[in-house]
Amino acid sequence: MYQPNAGLSRMSGADRRLVRISNLEKKYQTRDGKAIHALADVNLDIEEGEFVSIVGPSGCGKTTLLKILTGVLSRSSGDILIAGSRLSGPSREIGVVFQAPVLLPWRTVIENVMVPIQVQKRDRAEFESRARRLLAMVGLAGFEDKYPSELSGGMQQRVGICRALVHDPSFLLMDEPFGALDAMTRETMNEELQRIWQESKKTVLLVTHSIPEAVYLADRVIVMTPRPGRIVEVIKVDLPRPRVLAMHNTAEFGKYVSAIRRHFNSAGKLDA
Amino acid sequence: MSAETRKYFNTAAGGFVLALTTFVAFIGLWEGAVRLFDVPKIILPPPTSIAVAFWSMLQGGELPWHTAVTLYEILLGFLLGALGGLLLGFGIALSPLSERIFYPYVVAFQTVPKVAIAPIIVIWFGYGVTSKVIITATIAFFPLLANAIMGLRAAPQDQVEMMETYTASRWQVFQLVRLPQALPYIFVGLDVAIVLSVIGAIVGEFVGSKAGLGYLILQKNFNFDMAGTFAVLIVLSLIGVGVHALISFVQRRIVFWIDVSGERVTGA
Ligand SMILES: Nc1ncnc2c1ncn2[C@@H]1O[C@H](COP(=O)(O)OP(=O)(O)O)[C@@H](O)[C@H]1O
Ligand SMILES: [Mg+2]
Repeated sequence: MYQPNAGLSRMSGADRRLVRISNLEKKYQTRDGKAIHALADVNLDIEEGEFVSIVGPSGCGKTTLLKILTGVLSRSSGDILIAGSRLSGPSREIGVVFQAPVLLPWRTVIENVMVPIQVQKRDRAEFESRARRLLAMVGLAGFEDKYPSELSGGMQQRVGICRALVHDPSFLLMDEPFGALDAMTRETMNEELQRIWQESKKTVLLVTHSIPEAVYLADRVIVMTPRPGRIVEVIKVDLPRPRVLAMHNTAEFGKYVSAIRRHFNSAGKLDA
Repeated sequence: MSAETRKYFNTAAGGFVLALTTFVAFIGLWEGAVRLFDVPKIILPPPTSIAVAFWSMLQGGELPWHTAVTLYEILLGFLLGALGGLLLGFGIALSPLSERIFYPYVVAFQTVPKVAIAPIIVIWFGYGVTSKVIITATIAFFPLLANAIMGLRAAPQDQVEMMETYTASRWQVFQLVRLPQALPYIFVGLDVAIVLSVIGAIVGEFVGSKAGLGYLILQKNFNFDMAGTFAVLIVLSLIGVGVHALISFVQRRIVFWIDVSGERVTGA
């Protein structure tokens, strides 16, 4: 279903809330008739330009929440307002990085990045140079005309990140985007993501299974419980910006990490 | 065999030399055995008499003419059947209504061995090429129907959702994901259909015809001309190999992202 939302940036003056989720419930119906309660009474507001991380154990509904926000998955009940209007379908203002790269194997790297441009019938020439810049930024200059099968898993994931950014969306949703990357590339990508976010003033919702990553990038970290997923705590991260890698070793940083980790010692383990 | 020789036989040139040597040895063995044990020509003709028969049928224009008739039946029947199968397959895969209308008949008809209806088709459409084209088309129809339906449903859910996330319409999802994902299946269907088309045309000619390679086989057999029959069989297998190679060639170019390992054989 294609129902473009009104431009997300058209906000009423005082209200800075881009996303308002209230009493969100999601139940999946399995084939053998059983209901799986994935999300229970999720309430969350996200401000325009805010960086929010979500951590929670595997299967607690993080991907479900993201899919609902992208408009491809229906909710069982509850209200979602985006830029003041009721969410009713996918929007051109959203960019998504999926848990798996989800590239089309018959398209070259550059053609994969250009998928949103083609689908949304935007100006090809204008955005192709942007696509090339993004690829260079994630270290894939020279790979534009390769096919996904010629790339490693981590490289494919970075192509997926470029695809999410190519149309310059104002709201970026990322589902464990760096899980497949090695530690070095992951740190570089974290820094790049912070830079992109600061320069372009996007709103970012990042699902991650790395607590340090969540703290490092976010203004707020949302902690979720095992199924049915609820929000147990919202932790405001008051570290100065821009964050630098050296902060990982500070006592301040460590306090945030252990505050979050506490939840998983009682409620089960965090994934990976 | 030394490692070096084995490596050579794995190259293209080496493979060709290996195949040629095996072929020549086989022909030589055949010729030698037939002569040595004095096998009557009417049971198993030696390769040399087959070659002679082949050459005289070629010279007399008999072989080219009947080959042309059969090729025409195969190709036209294949094209019509494949096109029909594709169209109905797309319809069924894309419209729940047409699925409900047509699918029960499709399933019912699929279980009928198509060669069994060849005599009926010949009665209805006569001894000319029309009946052969129709028989061939009926046989080529189902592999494409089945594979088009399967292929259009094969698109992974995450690819479809990715497209929808970027606000793709139903048509864009079809055009940019479902169709490319269906192509490997469609080519499997084409490959099976073209091989079956050869069988379809020959069976049609066996049932009743005035021309074509099937007709020629019956005629040669009737006259106990075994060398002639074998000569026709050679042409038939060349046609079979040729059409299969043609489909594979196009497939490798269009569905280049799929690694086609292992050729398929359908002993239908
Ligand atoms: N399409 C579906 N049908 C049925 N159950 C599902 C479906 N998708 C996810 N689930 C279930 O919902 C729960 C939450 O899944 P998910 O959102 O993927 O969790 P997470 O991303 O936090 O690991 C899991 O228990 C999962 O098995
Ligand atoms: Mg997930």
